[in-house]
Amino acid sequence: MDSISSPQGDLILDDEPEGSPTFLDRLFDHGLLIRTGVDGLYGRSGAFESVVEALDRLISRLGAADCAEVMRFPPGMSRPAFERSGYLKGFPNLAGTIHSFCGDGAGHAEILACVEEGRDWTGQQEATDVVLTPAACYPLYPVAAARGALPAEGRLFDLQSYCFRREPSLEPTRMQLFRMREYVRMGSPEQVLAFRESWLERGTAMMRDLGLPLAIDVANDPFFGRAGRMLANNQRAQGLKFELNVPVNSVEKPTACLSFNYHQDHFGSTWELQQADGSVAHTACVGFGLERITLALLRHHGLDLAAWPEAVRTSLWG
Amino acid sequence: MNIAQDIREILGSNEAFAGKVDQLSDDDSLFDMGLDSFGSVQLMLALEERFNVEFPDELLNRKSFSSIRAIGEAVSTLIKQEAA
Repeated sequence: MDSISSPQGDLILDDEPEGSPTFLDRLFDHGLLIRTGVDGLYGRSGAFESVVEALDRLISRLGAADCAEVMRFPPGMSRPAFERSGYLKGFPNLAGTIHSFCGDGAGHAEILACVEEGRDWTGQQEATDVVLTPAACYPLYPVAAARGALPAEGRLFDLQSYCFRREPSLEPTRMQLFRMREYVRMGSPEQVLAFRESWLERGTAMMRDLGLPLAIDVANDPFFGRAGRMLANNQRAQGLKFELNVPVNSVEKPTACLSFNYHQDHFGSTWELQQADGSVAHTACVGFGLERITLALLRHHGLDLAAWPEAVRTSLWG
Repeated sequence: MNIAQDIREILGSNEAFAGKVDQLSDDDSLFDMGLDSFGSVQLMLALEERFNVEFPDELLNRKSFSSIRAIGEAVSTLIKQEAA
């Protein structure tokens, strides 16, 4: 895979002498992000949201000709579906489950006493049938499979959701709750790989037009533990995942703003999703980290949106 | 210790190879025969337990688990290293 990079990022990212406010501090100081007291969990200002919304519309325009079927799910999904998806095999440490109080009146009194005394009050919380959505496409697969075999041309879906991953961090690009826009293609290996190839081109052009320095790199998901290292090695060796990286926090560790994933028959087998001829469907997706792209724009064009280059503003707001 | 036979036994407990292990040659591609990524991880963990070895990072890849012969060579090397 070609590496498309620009030295521009080095120049811009060298502007923070030691001891000066971090990028996250500056985002707080400008009111673009709002502190909640939890690392990776932030409020967003109107200005920040105006960029997220403009990006969402831009991505819709870029994909409009493909006539994807739009679906929007809340940021929670069915626990049985989550369990069947296999997410826990690779990422048990990132998952977020929703627990609720299931006790009686006496239990309620005990909770209040615990809170009052600063003791652990969560003993009576029980897992509900809802878990937090880990990736925008996860609620889609069982829904798509329930429709029966795919038509010969396959299917294409358009998704966007807040997603949760438990990885508290002081890097503003690593939020615990963030929005992911996705297009998901289902069909034959040829169909889904052609889709991924077209979005590698379209996504690269989109980010270049937004004036961002970038590189496309082979990548792996952050699989858990030693077994995860083998999964990661396999994923890289097979070229199943590419990321579009932009230097945001540092040049050495650029931030994945888009990802291009070929799942092979993983979700097809898991959900018994079939092609028109009865064989197992393959799937692929392109994911856009809406907050991450917004942060990349703020990092490279400055915290004052009105001062962004005219071409960038035109791309976003017309 | 018959390493190849032990490997076949472990493979037999994998869903993809249940009842088919005897038809596999030592050089058949396990991935072509239906071994997936998670299956190869389970295989790796089962081999470690059976032979009391630990696969180092450089062997945690598809090539090491691509055939019964490849697995046998990797396991033999690890057993010799443990014994040394």
